[in-house]
Amino acid sequence: MLSKSQAKIFFLGGTLVTFAIFLGLSWNSLSNEVPKKTHEENLSPQVISGKHIWEKNNCMGCHTIMGEGAYYAPELTKVYERRGESYIKAALMSKTPWAPRGRKMVAYAMSEQEANDVVAFLKWIGEVDLNGFPPKPDLKK
Amino acid sequence: MKYKSQKVAYWFFALSILLLSLQIIYGFIMAFAHMGYDVLHQITPFNTARAVHTNLLVVWLLSGFMGAAYYIIPEESENELVSVKLAYLQLVTLALVGVVAIIGYHFNYWEGRKFLEIPRPLDWLVVINVLTFLGIILVTLFKGKKQTTTSLVLTMGLVFAALLYLPGMVWFDNQTMDSFFRWWVVHLWVEGVWELIMGGILAFLLIKITGVDREVIEKWLYVIVGLTFISGILGTGHHYYYIGVGKIWLIVGGIFSALEPLAFLAMALFAISMYRKGEKKHPNKIALSWTLGTAIVSFVGAGLLGMAHTLPGVNMYTHGTLVTAMHGHLAFWGAYGMIVLAFISYSMPNLTGRKYYDSNAGLLAFWLSNIGMVGMTVAFGVAGVAQVYLERKVGLDFGDVQKEIQVHFAVLAVCATFFTTGIGFYIYEFIKYGTPNDEALEKIAS
Repeated sequence: MLSKSQAKIFFLGGTLVTFAIFLGLSWNSLSNEVPKKTHEENLSPQVISGKHIWEKNNCMGCHTIMGEGAYYAPELTKVYERRGESYIKAALMSKTPWAPRGRKMVAYAMSEQEANDVVAFLKWIGEVDLNGFPPKPDLKK
Repeated sequence: MKYKSQKVAYWFFALSILLLSLQIIYGFIMAFAHMGYDVLHQITPFNTARAVHTNLLVVWLLSGFMGAAYYIIPEESENELVSVKLAYLQLVTLALVGVVAIIGYHFNYWEGRKFLEIPRPLDWLVVINVLTFLGIILVTLFKGKKQTTTSLVLTMGLVFAALLYLPGMVWFDNQTMDSFFRWWVVHLWVEGVWELIMGGILAFLLIKITGVDREVIEKWLYVIVGLTFISGILGTGHHYYYIGVGKIWLIVGGIFSALEPLAFLAMALFAISMYRKGEKKHPNKIALSWTLGTAIVSFVGAGLLGMAHTLPGVNMYTHGTLVTAMHGHLAFWGAYGMIVLAFISYSMPNLTGRKYYDSNAGLLAFWLSNIGMVGMTVAFGVAGVAQVYLERKVGLDFGDVQKEIQVHFAVLAVCATFFTTGIGFYIYEFIKYGTPNDEALEKIAS
């Protein structure tokens, strides 16, 4: 029967081994995969500024990107491809709450430049290789 | 209670329950918004309510863990807390940081990163606060007469939780890197080191309630936390499927996530078998219900529902939908909400000296809150599965799908009312116990 000291070795040994593997895999992902899959060369100052605006307004508090965030408003990973630049800018620059089908978005009344930065960020997000996410609706007629 | 300084725990529990009540209010705001009644949009838009709801969750649980640690560590190490004044100062500053953060969220003062919305200057105050807490706990523990496995596992969980907060404070230009390290905090907390905290508290409760030999309970505690880390660390991979890193994470995350329920299954079997093995019949039946409840509900909510949602082929469709909210609610409730409430139920008679064990209100609190939360989980599940099918399979527009599933949020609100009534009974009981006093100390000592 398992003794307490054996149980302790199982805990400490298992933790160390899996953590070492985790660090190795993480290092590989961050140094080899991320630069290619996210097209890091396209991370322009404008895209980074867009990310700042995205975070400053907690857009993830309603929307998701890359499937992460809240589930109150649409997934925005492919929004640039789906809606195009002018639609996105209209939503961001609107002085009254943007409310398609009645559900209200906060009226951010962004300047043209801020809206352009967010669009650049969303365009960059749309080009990241996400291993096939979001899935194509296979039952769509 | 055996040591005077354990009384500090009471005030952390009171803060914990107060924040839980607020969290529920913001939950209702969001449920009504989903039903189409976003009446508070001007003052509390959805993203504010959401940030407040999830952050209050984290802070009430942390406050509960801290209270539990302030109760457990003196008793386990046989030593008074080294500084009660510092502990009270830590409580007050924790509450202040929390209040400032919550008010800030109403005025666009936040960081906009899911679960880690607290703005950077406040992050540093959190760090100072947690370091103070850990200082008190560590000095008390290592100056004490004994360092038991239970207290070491609990303390290890608390120390790691503090360390893992740091990767979340680094700024990255690349959203993928940002997300990658955000999960080091969020995932490695809830599916890693918080389980150590839960395991430590659970072991303490089982030792006290069942009377089973400490050596047996602590041996299995090692096995459980071992299973937690072996599955949970590489299980982080299930957050890396679709964020811009390689496909290796689909395999690693898929396999190790499928193992994650084992830790929770072990925890449930452990609690039940210790209960059956125990010869001591502790009179605190309410605490026993919560203790067994947390072990079982965490297995269902965190273990089974988590696994169902993290299989890569399923997650491709359910990722970023209400299915996540379904799993999230029962997992946090079962694993962490219930362990905190279990501990409060156990400690209150000891802190106040009021041997008030088997009340109907206490039982109603347990059953109503659990039935309510299971109902909420089902409502989220039905809404989530319908959303996945209509949006991800059939390709309907997001807004059209939301209209279709509105009705499930009415069901959610009804179940949430049951839940809230249960919590109402819990608060009634808590208040009825009164405040801790030194008479309680003498009664037990004699």
